[in-house]
Amino acid sequence: MDVSVWRGTAEGAFQTFQVPARDSQTILDVVAWIQQNLDPTLSYRFACRVGMCGSCAMTVNGQPRWTCRTHVKKALKNNKIQIAPLRSLPVIKDLAVDMDPFFDKWVRAEGVFHPSKTRRDKVEALAPQTAARQTADAGIECINCAVCYAACDVVAANPDYLGPAALNRAWTLVNDAKDGGYDKILEAVSDHGGCHNCHSMGNCARFCPNELSPMTSIAGLKRATVKSFFKRKA
Amino acid sequence: MLDLRLYLLQRISALVMAPLVLGHIAVMIYAAQGGLSAAEILGRTQGSLGWALFYGLFVAAVSVHGAIGLRVIAHETLGWRGRVLSGATWLVFLFLLSLGARAVWAVTVP
Amino acid sequence: MIRPHRSHPLWLAFILHRVSGLILALFLPVHFWVLSLALTDPARLDGYLAWSDLTIVKLAEFGLVFLLAVHMFGGLRLLALELLPWTGRQKTLAAGAVGVSVLVSGGFFLQAI
Repeated sequence: MDVSVWRGTAEGAFQTFQVPARDSQTILDVVAWIQQNLDPTLSYRFACRVGMCGSCAMTVNGQPRWTCRTHVKKALKNNKIQIAPLRSLPVIKDLAVDMDPFFDKWVRAEGVFHPSKTRRDKVEALAPQTAARQTADAGIECINCAVCYAACDVVAANPDYLGPAALNRAWTLVNDAKDGGYDKILEAVSDHGGCHNCHSMGNCARFCPNELSPMTSIAGLKRATVKSFFKRKA
Repeated sequence: MLDLRLYLLQRISALVMAPLVLGHIAVMIYAAQGGLSAAEILGRTQGSLGWALFYGLFVAAVSVHGAIGLRVIAHETLGWRGRVLSGATWLVFLFLLSLGARAVWAVTVP
Repeated sequence: MIRPHRSHPLWLAFILHRVSGLILALFLPVHFWVLSLALTDPARLDGYLAWSDLTIVKLAEFGLVFLLAVHMFGGLRLLALELLPWTGRQKTLAAGAVGVSVLVSGGFFLQAI
């Protein structure tokens, strides 16, 4: 089959390789085969190969995907595959993007743990069946692969926007009984690049490989910020 | 580029307009029967405090809503930002508000 | 350029909302200006209103009313999605109820006039 792969940085071009088709073959297998057999200078990023680490996301035939768990047959169009780096992130080389802006936004969204106890306090007991815990649980399987970030058209149009992954993380912390940063998080996601820029177009939920719905999490943040706004006024 | 304050203004103006839009569409369907004429429209609206309030509120809400909506498009498609973006938002708001107020005045007051 | 990641219902709802909103916003100043002719030049207002008998203008009017309705219901959908933490089933039922009630009341209304 014909596989065209992006070569270069922001400037560059697609280079076509002939890769033998196999019965069971992922997109990451294809990229690795090219690097091992045809061109050792091809740069890409991967680690676990089983869909846990979030390192290997790329744009495959125009769609952002986790390449280690994407079967070639699922992505193949007219016996052709086009593999490009993720959208909305600076390209370092070939298929590897710079993830710094993505993770900087996690911090800007206060997507970090805010301890509320000292080592002398008792450990907080978490009841798994409470509504808040279940809401948090719905979002915590994120593997930081940036597929949602690359899929989001708001991110593409508005470089300040925190993006679905960071906001989803903020929402899980808002609902986490162990986290002490409730007000701080709501303030961080209410700023200019915050959750209110989301248009609920749902590209994030459509493409999340773990079938999370950042869009639903962001709606939760909008609700929580509106509620706290009127509470503060009252 | 939209913070909580602008987001709230956008949603509240939308909620205000929802019943007004339904009323407006109903009036349109009713009024368009048998053709439109200036006399017919003015006969209904002139000197009516009810219509003046209805359309006055509508104009105020749509000016806010339209200005913020165009602001989003200006930022996301044209890349406007900072002072230019804020200035444009205010300009659109005042433009719509003044034209709209003049129209409401014209059909309800004289 | 092919943009396959955009062909799904929520994205189409988004683009419909954006385009309808933009067209309505561009139409508004014209609408306001024509109405204010009642004050400055009533004869010209009647001239413009007479146009509304033309088929092409009728079609344009229908288009604008359609865009207005689409933008309103799309907006109410957004508000419900953001502000009401409903389950998928509740959302389907609510959307169905709104759809049916609009059809029924619209039918009655058109019958009545």
